[in-house]
Amino acid sequence: MTDEPKDQDRLNPHPETAGASQPTGQEKGAPKPAAASHSAPAKPAGPTPQPWEAEIVDRLRARLGSGIREANTYLGQNYFIVEPSVAYQVLELLHDEVEFDYLVDVTAVHYPEREYPFEVIWILYSFVRNERIRVKASYRENEPAPSAVSLWATANWLEREVFDMFGIRFDGHPDLRRILLPEDWQGHPLRKDYGIIQQDQQWVKINLGIESGQ
Amino acid sequence: MSELTKTDPNSTANLDLDTPESQIETYLHHRAAPQPEERTYLDANELVLNMGPQHPSTHGVLRVILKLDGEKVLGTECIIGYLHRGVEKIAENRTYTMFNPYVDRMDYVAAVSNGLGYCEAVEKLLNIEAPPRAQYIRVILAELNRLASHMLWLGTHALDIGAITPLFYTFRDREEILKIFEKYCGARLTTHAFRIGGCLYETYDGFEQDVMKFVKFVRPKIDEYEALLTTNRIWVERTKGVGVISAADAIDLGVTGPVLRASGVQWDLRKAQPYSGYEKFEFEIPTGTNGDTYDRYIVRIAEMHQSLRIIEQAVAGIPEGPIMGKVPKVMKPPVGEIYHSIEAPKGELGYFIVSDGSTQPYRVRVRPPSFVNLQALDKMVQGALVADVVAVIGTIDIVLGEVDR
Repeated sequence: MTDEPKDQDRLNPHPETAGASQPTGQEKGAPKPAAASHSAPAKPAGPTPQPWEAEIVDRLRARLGSGIREANTYLGQNYFIVEPSVAYQVLELLHDEVEFDYLVDVTAVHYPEREYPFEVIWILYSFVRNERIRVKASYRENEPAPSAVSLWATANWLEREVFDMFGIRFDGHPDLRRILLPEDWQGHPLRKDYGIIQQDQQWVKINLGIESGQ
Repeated sequence: MSELTKTDPNSTANLDLDTPESQIETYLHHRAAPQPEERTYLDANELVLNMGPQHPSTHGVLRVILKLDGEKVLGTECIIGYLHRGVEKIAENRTYTMFNPYVDRMDYVAAVSNGLGYCEAVEKLLNIEAPPRAQYIRVILAELNRLASHMLWLGTHALDIGAITPLFYTFRDREEILKIFEKYCGARLTTHAFRIGGCLYETYDGFEQDVMKFVKFVRPKIDEYEALLTTNRIWVERTKGVGVISAADAIDLGVTGPVLRASGVQWDLRKAQPYSGYEKFEFEIPTGTNGDTYDRYIVRIAEMHQSLRIIEQAVAGIPEGPIMGKVPKVMKPPVGEIYHSIEAPKGELGYFIVSDGSTQPYRVRVRPPSFVNLQALDKMVQGALVADVVAVIGTIDIVLGEVDR
């Protein structure tokens, strides 16, 4: 984002408010004290994740010990943060023993500044318990995440999309190819270092016969 | 395994993608090399047939590669992404408010539902709730939108199978819904009807009467569709036992919405995890038993009647009061993340939003029902006939704008 200031300006219809909509470190720090000075009670810090205590948590902790790093509740939603190495075991356990029979979604978030920049999130739902939880594990660049296709068939396309958009590989996926973008496209658009109007110009030139897709 | 290539036969990574013809040929080469156990009694090669992306019955730009043995479908592969606009990337570069209209462009025949899901997700993240009156307006519009979506589905689906008349009937009646949308917010399709925290517009004078008039008008019309199709011999022959998916398979494949319910799973997010005040309304969850194309038709028709029931109750019970909650002018949700999903006409539509405390979402993930349901196509057409593929694509009710985002 920061290495394309021109594009940002062009896309921002109100350049005078550009500062307010740029989540850079500087701006983030600046308005905060100002807001706190005149309307401190109107903008509380917000709820914080609380430890989640439930039978599943105890069960998973008993089985996997420190592999379950955190079990939290935030805004009424429960999630596990697990060691990347035990992520598959956690999913398997939840699928086989706790009746989480429906994999709602697999997605990822890119935090480039972290040591483990790719956070993969599995959202699970259980029809029997009418309960939804999330399992999160973070991976290094080029470190594969475990594939859940053997547990839920729906993971196939969902993981392909994560691979397409983030470049995260899934170990054990039967057919890991791009799904939305062309097969020979270069780059993974949902990474934070991929600009919003950035394209694979080479691909555009060869396949569409035009100089630029913009 | 084919010895023609050293690469993984499941990978088309090094195919020549220059022309569709060469692609199909290479595809044939890679995939359809007859396996000994797959030989037919005529020992004929399988035929690979390309369907779409510019095929009217694919409801947009979906490309399906069919592997055929005569008329029998041995396998399919969906090629999607032609409508990919990078909605999730756009979200990261817009403020929460600015992104709101974009969601209408995903499932563009059910824009109201998309907006409802997004607004509620951000509201949850902000820890606020829309006022009751706004919730009722949202329910009325969302249910009208469900009707519109199902009507469009029924018209086009029936057209695919060969019945032309239902298209005229459903489009005629859908028009009345679009007129209400237009009167309410100025737009017919991409409505952008809701705002984070409630609704922007108060209902216009005569809104309730218009809606009730529509409900009265459309009930006998739905019976008309049924009169055309439900016992129609051609319709029954083309849909019964076609594209069957069992409840277990449907759950395994993450299928939701009417497709799941037609397989006998009585699950609807409006009941399971009510949002926007749905717990106040009385309605049933229609289910099927066989999980075939016919049952999905019956389920959707029954759902239309249930939607009308909800609309009636909502109009009768709509409370007075504000339509906008207390929303900060500059929206900066606290650092955190939320997953919120609603029952869109096509299934579970979820939004996973990560906030870093700034005015723009750090990440927005849309869990699209069409995308996930489309994955079940392969399972549903195994062993079916070519003509059934068209019926099954129609019955899943996909909108490519949502599949590709």
